[in-house]
Amino acid sequence: MGTLEFVQIGVYLVLLILCVPLLGGYMAKVFVGDKTLLTPIIRPLENGLYRLIGTNPNDEQNWQQYTFALLAFNILGFIILFLLQLFQGVLPLNPAKLPSVEPLLAFNTATSFMTNTNWQAYGGETTVSYLTQMMGLNVQNFVSAATGIAVVIAMTRGLARRSGETIGNFWVDLVRSTLYILLPLSLILAVLLVSQGVVQNFDDYVPATTLSGESQLLPQGPAASQIAIKQLGTNGGGFFNTNSTHPYENPTPLSNFLEMFAILLIPAALTYTYGKMVGSVRQGWVIFAAMLILFIVGLSIMLVSEYQHNSVYDVTGVMEGKETRHGITNSMLWGAATTAASNGSVNAMHSSFAPLTGGIALLNIMLGEIIFGGVGAGLYGMLIFVILTVFLAGLMVGRTPEYLGKKIEAREVKLAITAILLPSASILLFSALASVTDAGLDSRTNMGPHGLTEILYGFSSGAGNNGSAFAGLDASTPFYTILIGIAIWIGRFGIILPALAIAGSMVKKRVAPPSPGTFPTDTPLFIILLISVILIVGALTFFPALSLGPIVEHLLMDAGQTF
Amino acid sequence: MVKAILPAVRALIVLTLLVGVIYPLLVTVGGQVFFAREANGSLIEVDGIIVGSELVGQQSDDPRYFWWRPSAVDYMQGSNLEALGSSGATNYGVTNETLDTLVTERQTAFVDANDLPDSVDVPAEMLFASGSGLDPHISPAAARLQIDRVAEARDLDREQVADLVERYVEKPQLGFLGEPRVNVLRLNIALDALE
Repeated sequence: MGTLEFVQIGVYLVLLILCVPLLGGYMAKVFVGDKTLLTPIIRPLENGLYRLIGTNPNDEQNWQQYTFALLAFNILGFIILFLLQLFQGVLPLNPAKLPSVEPLLAFNTATSFMTNTNWQAYGGETTVSYLTQMMGLNVQNFVSAATGIAVVIAMTRGLARRSGETIGNFWVDLVRSTLYILLPLSLILAVLLVSQGVVQNFDDYVPATTLSGESQLLPQGPAASQIAIKQLGTNGGGFFNTNSTHPYENPTPLSNFLEMFAILLIPAALTYTYGKMVGSVRQGWVIFAAMLILFIVGLSIMLVSEYQHNSVYDVTGVMEGKETRHGITNSMLWGAATTAASNGSVNAMHSSFAPLTGGIALLNIMLGEIIFGGVGAGLYGMLIFVILTVFLAGLMVGRTPEYLGKKIEAREVKLAITAILLPSASILLFSALASVTDAGLDSRTNMGPHGLTEILYGFSSGAGNNGSAFAGLDASTPFYTILIGIAIWIGRFGIILPALAIAGSMVKKRVAPPSPGTFPTDTPLFIILLISVILIVGALTFFPALSLGPIVEHLLMDAGQTF
Repeated sequence: MVKAILPAVRALIVLTLLVGVIYPLLVTVGGQVFFAREANGSLIEVDGIIVGSELVGQQSDDPRYFWWRPSAVDYMQGSNLEALGSSGATNYGVTNETLDTLVTERQTAFVDANDLPDSVDVPAEMLFASGSGLDPHISPAAARLQIDRVAEARDLDREQVADLVERYVEKPQLGFLGEPRVNVLRLNIALDALE
């Protein structure tokens, strides 16, 4: 690695840290209802939307009502997206004359976009029409991200409020997330991306005649508008088959930097929003620090592993699955960000990374998508770990655990454990099933330990709502389409429901003033404890599986072994 | 129940109109007005014929041209409306036997085609397929190793071709982003224009 590589990583991290209070503070104002720079422009539109939806923004909901609204909205979105794919063959805006999508694949895709996963069992340019992209996938990109933000804001209110039963109004949180945060940022990013060469049109695919006289049909479409939100909303579903490795999706180093920056921007800034809303920005910075440390450690291991001399090919810096313009360092930085943040877009193929590099990407997902994590989803996932940490610290010193002055009791701990166990169990159980059945094993491209990693990665990506893949695994078979589809549902709602239930029970609790026995949660010691709990839970759950996959592959690779 | 579901229906309709119709149209208008060439695929025309896109690589084994990287999808060559092309990667892991064989073959083929000494370090991107299968670039080093072959096949002065390559080397963007690289299609078109 040269100086320029370190400079790029440094600029990325410094810019990110600078944006946390700026955007985080803005978002806190938005959700509290304070005036912001954009309020004069957006407020009339916002009020219009409330009237059209038929909700009174001052009516608040308890956690059951909030959850019901959220589920109704999400399931409806799933159904519409499913139908849109089934009938795209007879609907307009389909210049490539693509047929309607097969029902199983449509189920998988609708599930994955509704849940902010954006697993691609399909290839964009050969499967979905412009209409499906724009009015289906693109819409879910926005609203699934807005749903994630809504949940974490509701959970924050549950922890911060001093009295009452309600945790906000889902429709207000949904509308504000979309209008004040996702839409303005996407507009800016989309136009910047077009300036770099990301296509944005409704033209037919363009036939070209190459220098060697052969035909080459160049796909087009409204790509930039969708790519902007897929990066910002931690969705990650590409407009084209190969996502942001595709030169029409990510044409220059600058477009790469912007897209990569967009991955972590909102999840990182939400930690500050959280701190503001609970009345102590230190509480937010503590969570941010834990995330940043885990991110940097993971990134460092990925870089070291990828820059290691490869004894199979006698090459330093394997370029399989990587683009020349991005090179190795930017492929690593993107790989770390996209797996930490449940984004799942890729600018290089993870399956072709060095074994330990891919192993860290996999571990990032397995830890529960909490190192920044999905928009909103990362922070509510992290708050569940915070509750667990407070509980364990309480056990160690023998006092009733408290967080932000509120007692953590059996109900909250049970809910937190449920949220951690459900996705982990689905990863391990489904992978085990795939490893012993022909239906599971036949989809592998790579043999040996890498084949197991493909399977583990597929289910982790589903359950973690990440959406990236070790794409050698043929996930278009009924076995994987259905099982990964189920893992996605479990990974999304198996966390959202406990998170909202925790919000519902915490909001009712009285706040006790801090006593000498209170364990402070805004200190470096707490950061260390939190990181330890995350790593211990993750290691205990997944170490055996990881050692049979990436770790043993690394050792065999060093011995020159291939499969 | 119905009363609770109604807001969901309405919210989905209005948000679909807003972010599924108005938003992409706004971006399209903005893109077409300010960056028309980029928004429409950065196409390159030579003598009125579209020969490709600046951003999408092609395949060639013609010694008169600089060569692109290996591709898992043959750069969508031969694709048309009846047989759509797609981007794609091999997704081979580094311990994959097939990849090992392919790399050895490509190493030999590149060294032979360019008449290079066996000891030469062939740049890694010429041995491995890209992520998109459409990578438009190669490294400056990979272009320089092909200069002799191209100059000879075209009966051109070596210096002339070497100068052209250096002119088409793109530096990291804004001075620090990304890797130095050569756009092979643009270089090849410039090469054709020399004659």
